[in-house]
Amino acid sequence: MKFAVIVFPGSNCDRDMYYAAKEVLGEEADLVWYESAGNLGNYDGILLPGGFSYGDYLRSGAVAATSEIMQQIKEHASKGKPVLGVCNGFQVLTEAGLLPGALMRNEKLSFMCHFEDLIVTNNETMFTSLFQTGETIKLPIAHGEGNYFCDETTLKDLQANNQIVFTYENNPNGSVADIAGIVNKKGNVLGMMPHPERAVEMLLGSDDGLKLFQSLVQNWRESYVVNA
Amino acid sequence: MLLTHEISPEKIEKDKIYQDMGLSDQEYDMVKTILKRRPNFTETGIFSVMWSEHCSYKTSKPLLKKFPSKAPHVLQGPGEGAGIIDIGDNQAVVFKVESHNHPSAVEPYQGAATGVGGIIRDVFSMGARPIALMNSLRFGNLTTERVKYLFSEVVNGIAGYGNCVGVPTVGGEVQFDDSYEDNPLVNAMCVGLINHDDIQKGIATGVGNTVLYAGAPTGRDGIHGATFASDDLAEDSDKDRPAVQVGDPFMEKLLIEACLEVIHSDALVGMQDMGAAGLTSSASEMASKAGTGMEMDLDRVPQRELNMNAYELMLSESQERMLLVVKKGREQEIIDIFEKYGLQAVAVGEIIEEQVFRIKQHGEVQADIPVDALAEEAPVYHLPSQEPSYYKVFQEMDNMIPAVTDHVDMLKKLLKQPTIASKEWVYDQYDSMVQTNTVVTPGSDAAVVRVKGTDKALAITTDCNSRYIYLDPETGGKIAVAEAARNLVCSGARPLGLTDGLNFGNPTNREVFWQMEKSVEGMSEAASTLQTPVISGNVSLYNQSQGKAIFPTPVVGMVGLHESVEHITPSYFQEAGDLIYVIGETKCEFGGSELQNVLNGKYEGKAPEINLSVEAKRQQELLETIQQGIIQSAHDIAEGGLAVALAESVFHDKGLGVSVELEGDFTTELFSETQSRFVVSVKPEHQAQFENKVNDASQIGVVTADGTFSVKAQKEDGIQEDVETLSQLWKGAIPCLLKSKA
Amino acid sequence: MRNVTVYITLKSGVLDPQGKAIQESLNSLGYDEVQSARVGKTISLQIEDGPNLEKRITEMCEKLLANPVIEDYRFDVEEAVQS
Repeated sequence: MKFAVIVFPGSNCDRDMYYAAKEVLGEEADLVWYESAGNLGNYDGILLPGGFSYGDYLRSGAVAATSEIMQQIKEHASKGKPVLGVCNGFQVLTEAGLLPGALMRNEKLSFMCHFEDLIVTNNETMFTSLFQTGETIKLPIAHGEGNYFCDETTLKDLQANNQIVFTYENNPNGSVADIAGIVNKKGNVLGMMPHPERAVEMLLGSDDGLKLFQSLVQNWRESYVVNA
Repeated sequence: MLLTHEISPEKIEKDKIYQDMGLSDQEYDMVKTILKRRPNFTETGIFSVMWSEHCSYKTSKPLLKKFPSKAPHVLQGPGEGAGIIDIGDNQAVVFKVESHNHPSAVEPYQGAATGVGGIIRDVFSMGARPIALMNSLRFGNLTTERVKYLFSEVVNGIAGYGNCVGVPTVGGEVQFDDSYEDNPLVNAMCVGLINHDDIQKGIATGVGNTVLYAGAPTGRDGIHGATFASDDLAEDSDKDRPAVQVGDPFMEKLLIEACLEVIHSDALVGMQDMGAAGLTSSASEMASKAGTGMEMDLDRVPQRELNMNAYELMLSESQERMLLVVKKGREQEIIDIFEKYGLQAVAVGEIIEEQVFRIKQHGEVQADIPVDALAEEAPVYHLPSQEPSYYKVFQEMDNMIPAVTDHVDMLKKLLKQPTIASKEWVYDQYDSMVQTNTVVTPGSDAAVVRVKGTDKALAITTDCNSRYIYLDPETGGKIAVAEAARNLVCSGARPLGLTDGLNFGNPTNREVFWQMEKSVEGMSEAASTLQTPVISGNVSLYNQSQGKAIFPTPVVGMVGLHESVEHITPSYFQEAGDLIYVIGETKCEFGGSELQNVLNGKYEGKAPEINLSVEAKRQQELLETIQQGIIQSAHDIAEGGLAVALAESVFHDKGLGVSVELEGDFTTELFSETQSRFVVSVKPEHQAQFENKVNDASQIGVVTADGTFSVKAQKEDGIQEDVETLSQLWKGAIPCLLKSKA
Repeated sequence: MRNVTVYITLKSGVLDPQGKAIQESLNSLGYDEVQSARVGKTISLQIEDGPNLEKRITEMCEKLLANPVIEDYRFDVEEAVQS
């Protein structure tokens, strides 16, 4: 499977995402500078990394969401191919309208960085099929604006369509319904605040994030390679 | 500031305007001798910043020479942006600590943020990728709203900058004492990783080569910041606000990526960041080191504000700017790299043979100064020192024999002391994990980051117990270095070298200078014995207000190497059933201790003794047993003594407890701060192997699974308390102090 | 040339922890009369005069300056004073 890790000015988890996909997972991956649009068609999966794209000026992810490369990412997503946005990547996806809702400042206002326990609430996605529903996993969070917000109607929609994929066991940031990660209706675009790419080796305290990438690769092999 | 260069050279001399700018009468005369004429306004400004303590180390230079700085593995000692140490496999580690005390006292968020930005630039300007940040902070006690504000905003500023720029803040230390009430200390350390072939120097060689300015445009920020940082902090320092620079971590992130791409171009000759004294110091230092001269046209310097004069452009401390020297004719290759990242890079001058620093603006020469006059020939002062009277009194005092009746209560009080209490409130705000290398996150003796693609890891710590240094600077200086090494060894690393951040009061005060002199002597001796050369550093003086100086605080930042990630050792207990040992005997030493602070509210007497050869032997033995794989956990015994060290060792894993029995005087055994001691835990099957190897160790108990902190005494009531209760006090202390109303 | 000021605030109903912190802080300074505080931002734009000015500013707000999921916006247009 071939991944594109999109690098915006100010992305800072791009190399971590690349390392997880390439060195730990052992798949193909490229760091793709945001201006090098025009060749995303060659990639099977798109990874939007964390960081502070454009300094998070105006609103987190807002400026990156207007960049040209987002048009291609939208096309990629419309074909049912996987898009994963982590942290700032999640913020970009909501700003670009690929996922509903918005990420606001943490309830306690300060940035926070530590491991959190998450509950896998939906293992019927291409990102989570190797997890058990109800399983608790340990992933790091590192954000100042990870407080997921959506209105009542949207929340009901998310629940009705089983779009909530991860919730916090102990909500750290004030997110609506303890939401840590959601998918779009089709299930091929996942946005999450916790960092699976930071939890791919036990040396760093957890490898629970690896299963997310492995799920993705397995599902891709099954649906694309076998059917091809 | 509406000073302009219309002030004539004659007026500068007649009205002694140079004094306001920071030059003494004697220094002004030296300038006249060098130039063979009166300096104009811009030149006077240039001399005053370049000859400030911050840039010239004019009063500390004679002391800094005492530091051992050479060793076979030192690739770059003091003098460049940062020092470099070989770690094998063609790789090296680059590090330095820098202070941003005065700016942080005035505007804590930006002061701290730009301190972080500056030290990161020092590291990547060497060609290294910044991989970790540490800090060492000092504040007054958390009892006034002002101190709470300074503390919160400094932490906020470090987080705001470090998190955005994508360099993990992996640890640090924070201590609180009244002496820092008006003079908080903000020392930031950056560690970078580099391949030997990529090492850059800030050097301007090759006559005819082009000087390139890259990064943020110049505004009027921080004009005279360098001399400001060398002045006594006046009561009305709030009025100095415009002098504080504002940082843009987003720009810095782009600058890092661009510069690390640029170093792979053979069109690059040299690179240096514009730190204190901005364009002036970067340009003149690069030329001075190369033995060349430089001519610059200020009309070409990117400017953020209108009508900036030569003085302002040369002295501005706008952030996120770099100066590069590139081969003539190949400028565009470098400019293109910066442009890819949306950054401006502009040719502003060239290298000339004549060793002068010549600045032009609007077609006129605004400054024409021999290059070496600014850097090499800056005045050096051998200041007089005098032993303070308090020192003699302290040395003659009897050992404090504290009266503690309720030991549980005392332990609880100590755990709540902000200097001892958990700093989770601080480090949770730092992204400590970005770059996915952080094996040991903040909160341990040392932070550990692995080196991707190898089996190696680096341990990093910052340390300085300034109370001991106040009581006895020489002994305290030794302790500061020894404790830093101890922390690294506990994590399983061999100490490689150190960087120092010397924070003192006004050096023209003889007693302050004596503190400097003695602590540097002590640090030097310890650095020699423990084989940790001093490879870089920073000096911050005049940390005092209304005549009251801070405790002498020479911060030690130290880096160590794990040959294998297998050696990485936690600082907390691992498993019930493990045997608990103390390495080193305990004496009745309470001078400068946390217990003395709790009981007497002041520090006095003798600092704890330290024998450096004993220290070295114990560190070596512990390291060897760690490398043999027979140590489960290791933690040094520091503030609050054994009781606090034991408690900290069980706070990490829920459910663990300790069952310990102590012989001898209970209070001393629990709370004394005798040096060169460690708490280690060992699996029962390794008991014999461990005891044969480490003969200074005595077993005091075992790790239990009952969640109880149980320490028995011989004659009196021991301590029996739930670990969870102690842990809550320790964790809650700082948030609680911040919330409580003054 | 027109000076345009865009005011962006969190929608009513969206929790504003920053505003809450400001209110509490003002109350603790003795300004008990402060019943609520909401934090927003202003963006000053200088825009060349042209047709559909207001429509284009609305577009700018919708596309970038405000996030309609959580934010409301309004703007003022003034004649720029030539200096």
